[in-house]
Amino acid sequence: MAPRTLFDRLWDAHLVQDLGGGTGLVAIDRILLHERTGGIALKALAESGRAVRDPARVFVTMDHVVDTFPGRSDRTLMPTGTQFIVATREAANRAGATLFDLDDPRQGIVHVISPENAIVLPGLTLVCPDSHTCTQGALGALAWGIGSSEAEHALATSTLRVSKPATMRITIDGELDPTVTAKDLALYVVAQLGSGGARAHAVEYAGSAVRALPVEARMTLCNMATELAAFTALIAPDDATIDYLAGRTYAPTGADWDAAVAYWHTLASDTDARFDREIAIDARDVTPMVSWGTSPQQSIPVDGRVPARDPLDNAEGHDRSLDYMGLSDGQPLLGLKIDASFIGSCTNSRLSDLRRAARLLEGRKVAPHVRAICVPGSTRVKAEAEAEGLDRIFTDAGFEWREAGCSMCFFAGGESFGAQERVISTTNRNFENRQGPRTRTHVASPDTVVASAIAGRIADPRRLGDG
Amino acid sequence: MRPFTTLRSKAVPLIQDNVDTDAIIPSREMKSVSKDGLADGLFAGWRYLDAAARIPDPDFVLNKPQYDGAQILLGGANFGCGSSREHAVWALAEYGFRAVIADGFSPIFRGNCVRNGLLPIVLDPRPLAGVDGELDIDLAAQTVRAGDAIWHFDIDAEGKMMLAEGLDPIALTLRLAAAIDAHERADRAAHAWAWNVLPEARR
Ligand code: SF4
Repeated sequence: MAPRTLFDRLWDAHLVQDLGGGTGLVAIDRILLHERTGGIALKALAESGRAVRDPARVFVTMDHVVDTFPGRSDRTLMPTGTQFIVATREAANRAGATLFDLDDPRQGIVHVISPENAIVLPGLTLVCPDSHTCTQGALGALAWGIGSSEAEHALATSTLRVSKPATMRITIDGELDPTVTAKDLALYVVAQLGSGGARAHAVEYAGSAVRALPVEARMTLCNMATELAAFTALIAPDDATIDYLAGRTYAPTGADWDAAVAYWHTLASDTDARFDREIAIDARDVTPMVSWGTSPQQSIPVDGRVPARDPLDNAEGHDRSLDYMGLSDGQPLLGLKIDASFIGSCTNSRLSDLRRAARLLEGRKVAPHVRAICVPGSTRVKAEAEAEGLDRIFTDAGFEWREAGCSMCFFAGGESFGAQERVISTTNRNFENRQGPRTRTHVASPDTVVASAIAGRIADPRRLGDG
Repeated sequence: MRPFTTLRSKAVPLIQDNVDTDAIIPSREMKSVSKDGLADGLFAGWRYLDAAARIPDPDFVLNKPQYDGAQILLGGANFGCGSSREHAVWALAEYGFRAVIADGFSPIFRGNCVRNGLLPIVLDPRPLAGVDGELDIDLAAQTVRAGDAIWHFDIDAEGKMMLAEGLDPIALTLRLAAAIDAHERADRAAHAWAWNVLPEARR
């Protein structure tokens, strides 16, 4: 057999039938839904008189519009949010799907809870009507975001008609500096390749720097593949992946575990496999990154200056970004006064992110004019963080400590930052109006967000405590 | 889905390039957990002088009495660009449109049209906009006619078949149920671990 990439292996294993014209009917092993888009899919399917073919593979969580204030209920600040929650709950129960409701210890952001509960496993296909589903490719699964009708299709048939994407390998070799996180790496890749840089490609992240990343950090890296317009991202499973999964809620056990592990060891690209595109990145070139504009590709080293011309964008887009962000050409980011800081989202809300942030925050205080919010990615992350006393570190420093959810990653929950407020955020998208009408978002790593929250200005995490 | 054979209707000219999905259905109009109830919000930013109070703008083409009941929309280049939101197509269909004729479509929007029984035709809309009276669309013949004038259009075979038979992709795929079952049986045998962890197997 011709040498194959990891993507080819997963594709071939799931191909039910070649439909011609580069399209295949692909078997879908797991379907994840959330209340913002999943409820519609379930409801529309029922209204069309069709049933969910296999409810056992469908998992539903509440994350997008739910409130994250302590003592929350079905009520949300979004005027019609309750409808989404109630309709999704009813539809999920009617369909017989597994529901992680608001009060369930497994509730949380879909891309956090799926790996955390081993719903996603290496070698599986998984879809969710959400663009950051690529996060879960970090476990060695073929996981990608779909539209609403496609979700109905997956629910009704346990398959999707997929136009086969091209392949691309991004090899990151060398050692990341300990002050540099996976988030900085993700931003660096997007800044290098541009926001259409991997359009419709299945991206495999490889290389020594990727191997060296802990599994949760790999998720952060894969999370932002959608910011490259990729079909998805994936990382071959290894011992770290296997260790991460062992003992989790939906992980195989006993003889099944052994069989699974044996199979997972076969999941890699052949050494002579050919990719449609190859990109090489030197990990030593990566430093802490912050976005300055309104697209993630508009990101620069934290100690850099706003470029006079965005090499990947047109002049008009560049000027519009500057105007929106209240910045000018050549301005340094360091020292820019911020109004708020946010730690959370499917990019950076796992226990390792919170630990890292808390370590920097311990014994320090957020600047008095800064509103600081920390939202754990899942109820379980929250509980684990509390067991370690991390919540105290956050609250003592002046952070709000919230219930799990997407929260102010985007303001569909109805809660938002103010117009023209400058926010430094561990989220993935700095689009116009993403965190609130006219809100100015700078995306960065948890380290940079903490350093900036303390300083009250955009600050370099490598110089925390320099005063 | 209602099969598309032929259609006779007036055509509403909205010939602008890059009409995006947010113009077709603004996000603030997508309030409920449903594909329905969107027609009212179609082109809300253009159609109403005051969108909240639903006060129509008499100058907007959809509001002109001569286009009442029109089922064909004429658009410019890159029609339906922007996000993947399918609500744009749901809103057009619910409003009563059955075909859109434009210089070109964004690929996702085009796919969403076919999935929802809305015929996307790539054709220069300008000559059609000058037609006084109704247009005749014949999907089988791939033609648009106005009196003696006739225009041919291209459409991919699968899209044509789905529209003509009123099939959505789910119906199309359900015809392959035997292949899906066979694939699952083989996968269960080869990768039992992936199945035994599912809630049903544990019950
Ligand atoms: S945390 Fe943000 S990016 Fe992630 S799923 Fe929620 S809304 Fe989307």
